[in-house]
Amino acid sequence: MVPLSYYVILSTMVFVIGVIGVLIRRNIIVILLSIELMLNAANINFVAFSHYLQNINGQVFVFFVLTVAAAEVVVGLAIIIALYRGKATVHIENINLMKG
Amino acid sequence: MTTVLFSYFAGVIVLMAVLVVASRKPVNSALSLLVMFFHVAGLFVLLNAEFIAAVQIIVYAGAILVLYLFVVMLLNLRAEESYHKQYLVGLVVGLAILIEAVLILSRSGFADRALPAAAPAPDVLSGNTEGIGRALYTTYLFPFEVASLILLVAMIGAIILAKKGMFGKEEKRSLR
Repeated sequence: MVPLSYYVILSTMVFVIGVIGVLIRRNIIVILLSIELMLNAANINFVAFSHYLQNINGQVFVFFVLTVAAAEVVVGLAIIIALYRGKATVHIENINLMKG
Repeated sequence: MTTVLFSYFAGVIVLMAVLVVASRKPVNSALSLLVMFFHVAGLFVLLNAEFIAAVQIIVYAGAILVLYLFVVMLLNLRAEESYHKQYLVGLVVGLAILIEAVLILSRSGFADRALPAAAPAPDVLSGNTEGIGRALYTTYLFPFEVASLILLVAMIGAIILAKKGMFGKEEKRSLR
């Protein structure tokens, strides 16, 4: 049987890779993909704890995470499309309207 | 057997996560993420969460990833030549978070304490989907309704944001 800590370590690694992706990539779509990585790391944790504690509530929370992820992706991609229409770029270094 | 499957799934998940962040073309990143979602679903099956595994494949791989690919192909993006200027900061921050997490894990002591990994008690998990449905419609009924509201708001917001000419011509000029 695989110990619970292996699952926690795996999800930590995926989460850290997602954080690094958000920080080092310039393409805003890949940044959204990295956020998906982090949400998936949380899901792995939820399901692992749900299994080891024999409690179904963790899986219900994965369901809610999925809902929020879907909503976030839809709105995020719509913003990206609107931004691309205005500025014809998805690189975050070129999107600096608020810098003045 | 479980250990072998776990190491396979975990290895592919980490490899694909690195590829998502590292590959230059956005399409390659999205496809790596697709492979990762399938392996995460396998991990969920390993943890006796069949319903969540199916939802993971249907919603994540089937809907969200297709939306990503659609947008990537719609925008016709070039490959990225280099990472962001602040990539060193990113690596340092990532390393710091990793060290923190390892410290928390080793200090908490739950890693040593072997949690009971017995077969699911029949009254608790008699049928994964049934259990989730019961929890969703009794204990979590209100959050469930709020989730449906969130989806409705996201749908309306996406339509309004992506609509052509939503912002007037002048505003579009000023964006340039």
